Amino acid sequence: MSQYRVLPGPEHFLPPAAASMGIQLPNPGEAHINGVITSEEKAYEEAAKQFLMAKVPTLFPGPLILWAWNEKAAKKATAIRHLYNTLKECVQPGQKPMLIPMPDYRPKYPKINPEVEINPNHPNLTIWHNKIDCCMFIGVHCHQANLSLKIIRGGTSCYTIAMCAQAGHEDAMLSFRDASVEKIMTLADWVRKLKGTVQPRLTSAKSGASN
Amino acid sequence: MSKEKIKISEALYDIMPSDYQDLVKSATYGKEDRGWKDIGNNKELIEQHSLCAGCPESMAFRYILASLPNPEDTVMVGSTGCTSLVFPMVAVHNIHSLFGNQNAIASGLKRALSVRFPDRTKDVVVLAGDGATVDIGLDMTLQAWFRQEKFTTICFDNELYANTGGQESGLMQKGFVAKMAPVGKLFDKVRLPEIARESGCHYVVNCTVSKPSLVEKVIRNAVHIAREIGPTYLQLYTPCILEIGKNSMEGLQEMRDSEKPTERFAYKEYVSEPAKQLLAELAAKDKERKAAAKQLAGKA
Repeated sequence: MSQYRVLPGPEHFLPPAAASMGIQLPNPGEAHINGVITSEEKAYEEAAKQFLMAKVPTLFPGPLILWAWNEKAAKKATAIRHLYNTLKECVQPGQKPMLIPMPDYRPKYPKINPEVEINPNHPNLTIWHNKIDCCMFIGVHCHQANLSLKIIRGGTSCYTIAMCAQAGHEDAMLSFRDASVEKIMTLADWVRKLKGTVQPRLTSAKSGASN
Repeated sequence: MSKEKIKISEALYDIMPSDYQDLVKSATYGKEDRGWKDIGNNKELIEQHSLCAGCPESMAFRYILASLPNPEDTVMVGSTGCTSLVFPMVAVHNIHSLFGNQNAIASGLKRALSVRFPDRTKDVVVLAGDGATVDIGLDMTLQAWFRQEKFTTICFDNELYANTGGQESGLMQKGFVAKMAPVGKLFDKVRLPEIARESGCHYVVNCTVSKPSLVEKVIRNAVHIAREIGPTYLQLYTPCILEIGKNSMEGLQEMRDSEKPTERFAYKEYVSEPAKQLLAELAAKDKERKAAAKQLAGKA
């Protein structure tokens, strides 16, 4: 088993792809935390804890659910809105949940507005600007998600979660696989279940901004 | 992608940046008589761009994107140059090719689209600078024309390599001295429009982009002819105001000066016989459609 662990950064300018360090993807019905395969139940609990601990827990929905390609995509979008509303209900004063879209993958030049969107070619700008310390990607195509996750791990201290519709992401600190409406709703249930039991790190000096 | 699919998920509509909402609400995808007059009334298919203030290329981009007859089913192929800074901000499918490869990429793409979507009209439009079209990519440009590939090639001719500091290009005029070409061009501007005609292009135009209605006409003609008959070529003068020592507001005048009858960008057009026939048919259909619409409006 690999000794490498996928931990919040900043790791260094070009962090290695976790797969190249021996991190493996979970099998169906499993998830991973920091690169260690675990049960989905444990991952739900840990993801909910991370959200409730964070000062700015943020959801990053990508094009696969922002655009209503089909009924399933629209339902996932509704589930993500439910998760966001749950987060808003369950956090304590001082915490600021955010819902920021990744509408497409084109590099946004001359500038991106980090308050309203995130871009996979420079996701760190949105993380830094909003001081995001925990985020979850959902509905982002694999390559662009990997790119974002690596850049975030390289340049920020943000905790990353992937709710992946395929086989999961090694480069996230916590990854689910085979994402579905039910899984998003289960995560929302866990957030509600752990409400009030987790101490938010409001006074922590460590934030998403690390440069 | 079908324009019917371009819908934002309702649950997340409010978080989408406004330019995407506007594209869905008021862009001119699917509008049969779209054109440059939509600029200012409808959402344009170009968002903010990173070209220099007053750059004629940015005008050209806006007119071209407003004039494409079928933007939702068009793929544009770009190449290295100032244009590659704009494509990320364009709401039309596009591919960035290696420097000079654009016509080879477009050939494969057009053929693949014809196989994949046999029942749908898919247009391919190459848009590259003079370096990519005439110098580095001349082989690919000509070979695509020889093979009668059915797509449009547009060359933004600024007569030098602009974004690398002003080196000499094949389309630079004779005697011109640029920042990185201090001796001055020793030979004539390559006569690519004539070469295009001899290489089998069915529609060739050499002009500036000073007149939006003219740009609209030539773009529509070029795309329709390429779709039905064979390759078409447009050489549009988009001067680099920085490299020729002009100010931001002087680009338009530079184009007007260069399109006078004796100048190098005087309007020149070549239309092959089959293309002439097609244009006449299209004009007749258009007239019929407009008469029918007028009649309908009269009844209402």
